[in-house]
Amino acid sequence: MGHTLKNNIELLGRVVIDFTKEFGHFANHLTKIVYWFFRPPYRFDLLFEQLYFIGNKSLFITCLTSSFSGMVMCFQTYNGFKVISADTFIGPIVAISLAKELAPVFTGLIVAGRAGSAMSAQIGSMKVTEQIDALEVMGINSYQYLALPRIIAGTLSLPILSCIFLFIGNIGSWLIATKVLMIEEVVFFSKFSDFIFFEDILQGIIKAFFFGFVISAIGTYQGFNVEGGALGVGKATNKSVVWSMVIILVLDFFLTTVLARIL
Amino acid sequence: MESAIVCKNLTKYFGTHRVLNDLNFNIARGKITTILGFSGAGKSTLLKHILGLEHPTSGEISVLGQNLQNIQKLELREFRRKFGMLFQYAALFDSMSALDNVAFPLKEFTKLSKKEIKEKAEALFLSVGLESRSFHLYPGELSGGMRKRVGLARALALDPEILLYDEPTTGLDPITTKMVNELIVSTSERLKDRAVTSVIISHDIRATLKISDYVAFLDQGKIVEHLPVNDFKESTNEKIRSFIDL
Repeated sequence: MGHTLKNNIELLGRVVIDFTKEFGHFANHLTKIVYWFFRPPYRFDLLFEQLYFIGNKSLFITCLTSSFSGMVMCFQTYNGFKVISADTFIGPIVAISLAKELAPVFTGLIVAGRAGSAMSAQIGSMKVTEQIDALEVMGINSYQYLALPRIIAGTLSLPILSCIFLFIGNIGSWLIATKVLMIEEVVFFSKFSDFIFFEDILQGIIKAFFFGFVISAIGTYQGFNVEGGALGVGKATNKSVVWSMVIILVLDFFLTTVLARIL
Repeated sequence: MESAIVCKNLTKYFGTHRVLNDLNFNIARGKITTILGFSGAGKSTLLKHILGLEHPTSGEISVLGQNLQNIQKLELREFRRKFGMLFQYAALFDSMSALDNVAFPLKEFTKLSKKEIKEKAEALFLSVGLESRSFHLYPGELSGGMRKRVGLARALALDPEILLYDEPTTGLDPITTKMVNELIVSTSERLKDRAVTSVIISHDIRATLKISDYVAFLDQGKIVEHLPVNDFKESTNEKIRSFIDL
């Protein structure tokens, strides 16, 4: 009994120490990013390259996911609301759900799976093949060259993708409502101005901004901390996606709480 | 003889493990010096100290007259441009073509025009025995020997004063090994008028004896011998003999 308790305490202690260490390393990673953010040279070509990769290349999957999410939301809301004859609320309810929650969270999850994992894999494989050492030996700071453009691009891309998600999601919802469920277009749009405000959209944009930062910070951090060979790269990629997704959902709760009070 | 690198009582600990043990030796300017030793002898750690990527626990290291302990981080980055390094597996950037790899340091650190960069990169590319048809190949499409050549062309791009070779022949077949050795010697000959110093980290004894001017034997973090190559061949040190007579 006493032995098991001791083991459990030891285990807990190890978990706490590991977490603290990891957190410390992550904080160190962020400090380096902030430090190099303000130092020239400013590599705009690399930033645009990453904006293209993270933003533009995620566009199709974002549009596809958002259209179906909007359609499903519309169906589900209709099923619930028709019971109480509140069909007129379907449009605004779907729109508000998309604006405040679904657009930033889903976009975050999509980008974490697509671009966050790619960041870890690219930087991780550069580390195991000494390409990062080659940069350092040349006198180029690898954080400034590899991590910074990815983090800025991720932070800027996600709010834009989230707005696109919101727009396409609403089109999906409108299509299902007016063409399948045969709700009058006038009815669908009638309550929009009463329920949707700029603050709701802003809330989603702010969330997306934070999610973009978190995804790219975690993606680059995992890449820089790869150990071993291909196996290490695989583990880092996996960790990057899992951690990004978990943190997006946890952060979403806290942001919702804070933003609800501020906005 | 003028020294390019001077180590004084250089000691390095990682935790409680002593990797470099009170090293005292100089590397001659304009010559090829090979640091030879068994795996785990501290060769790579010494290389990192020369580059300023690691700092000694005690003692000091000076490179081209600059004490690396007394240099600010940003100055050290500038200072590293005096080095060219050929990595064990060339460490080419796999997102760039072979020619872009060679042009990369020129793009980053010179104010040359695009045309001048292209011309200089092409000249460097051809100077290491590569053909123009390989300009646009990516690292994944190059053979081991070609990668080394591209890596060397990139290392030479900024006219370095010190060329570092990390295990340049490890994992290569005998023909490619011979080619890489010839390349090291021919590069050193070509840069003789600029007194470019070559430092090779290796455990390839045959190659070392063929191409080096000086050989330093590192064992358990200590320099056991540091001699001109012909004297080194005659060394009576038991460990060195076991290496040579292999």
